[in-house]
Amino acid sequence: MSSLWSLIRRDLLLAYRRRGEVGNALIFFGLVVLLFPIGIGASETLLAQIAPGLIWIAALLATLMSLDSLFKEDYQDGTLEQWTLSPHSLVAFVWARLISHWLITALPLVAVAPVLALTLNLPADAIGVLLLSLLLGTPVLMFVGAIGVALTTGLQKSSLLLPLLVLPFYIPVLIFGASAVEVSASGWSAAGQLYILAGLFVLGLTLAPFAVASALKVSVSQ
Amino acid sequence: MHYQAKQLSCKRGRKTLFSELSFELQAGQLLLIEGHNGAGKTSLLKLLTGLRMPEAGEILWQSRSIHDAHNDFRSKLSWLGHQNPLKDEQSALENLHTLSSFRPRNSISLTDALQEVKLGHAKHAQVKTFSAGMKRRLSLASLLVANTQLWILDEPQAALDKDGVALYESLAKQHLENDGMIVMTSHHPLNLPADRVQRLALGV
Repeated sequence: MSSLWSLIRRDLLLAYRRRGEVGNALIFFGLVVLLFPIGIGASETLLAQIAPGLIWIAALLATLMSLDSLFKEDYQDGTLEQWTLSPHSLVAFVWARLISHWLITALPLVAVAPVLALTLNLPADAIGVLLLSLLLGTPVLMFVGAIGVALTTGLQKSSLLLPLLVLPFYIPVLIFGASAVEVSASGWSAAGQLYILAGLFVLGLTLAPFAVASALKVSVSQ
Repeated sequence: MHYQAKQLSCKRGRKTLFSELSFELQAGQLLLIEGHNGAGKTSLLKLLTGLRMPEAGEILWQSRSIHDAHNDFRSKLSWLGHQNPLKDEQSALENLHTLSSFRPRNSISLTDALQEVKLGHAKHAQVKTFSAGMKRRLSLASLLVANTQLWILDEPQAALDKDGVALYESLAKQHLENDGMIVMTSHHPLNLPADRVQRLALGV
């Protein structure tokens, strides 16, 4: 347990010391959302209509973009081998890595999403649901994506393989996430969609680390 | 203590790197694996650590297969690949702290270990300011703070200068005298008592 916390602390500290690279996903997210109104014209009703889907798509792509670095460095410098051969469990390592990666890349997205939603004229009542759907949905994207990353980490050229591998599994999250916000923007209860997201979240949190750890073992033994 | 490989063979793709390779190592002995580039030295080391599975044959630690008794085996093993498992943005001391958490600790303090490898003056400097040789020394320092009997090292002397090589040899000698075991690859001449060194040539 203590090694888990010290690993999370190490990751946060490293992220702080390389602030420049870490902000990439956030900048991408902001740019996509802010460029959209310029591209399609700033009609308030139209923007409010597309806001839920737009924010969710941008968050999904930003998360996907950030995934590449998840295990790459630890794989290349041999840290992953050290973990595999240490008496610690690899599942704990994966857990810690995923938690810190979410804190570093996804939490900032969730934090700026309400502001971006307001610039798109999303009704203020739907903002709470937007936050909640992103809080539940982005970890799912990360957990599912991590399985793909772990499988492709040992490969030399895998840039296009990863999106192909994980995008099909992202579709349900996108559908329920965007529809939760949309439904609540038109004044209905989004409980159903949020429950499904919460279910996926629990599944990802409990099962994905085991799959990721097994996939990493395969990558390390190459 | 007893470490043994029986009839190992290894394939990369369709090419057989080596087959029916056996050796036996007792406490206080070093196995030096020699061979040209691509002869399968690193592959053999990875088999010996248990990271990779052999095509055939088995590896025994205290007469038990390292895959059956992997918890016991891993708690006795220090592995260092040809890369240095270090983070550029962390200081020497922080890196050593992370590395030391991977293995059972002995009573030597991290600062003393850094002094030992002549990095005492740079313990708070970030590793990105280090030269390749200093990084290697820092990785070697992680061996000093671990309470493990078996060291498996892939080119430990790579990037080290003359003093560094001598330093490594004295660390290795000390480890062997304390009944440790070392399995290593090298392209450099190794200056250690001949009665402690076994040689294994690959790809001949």
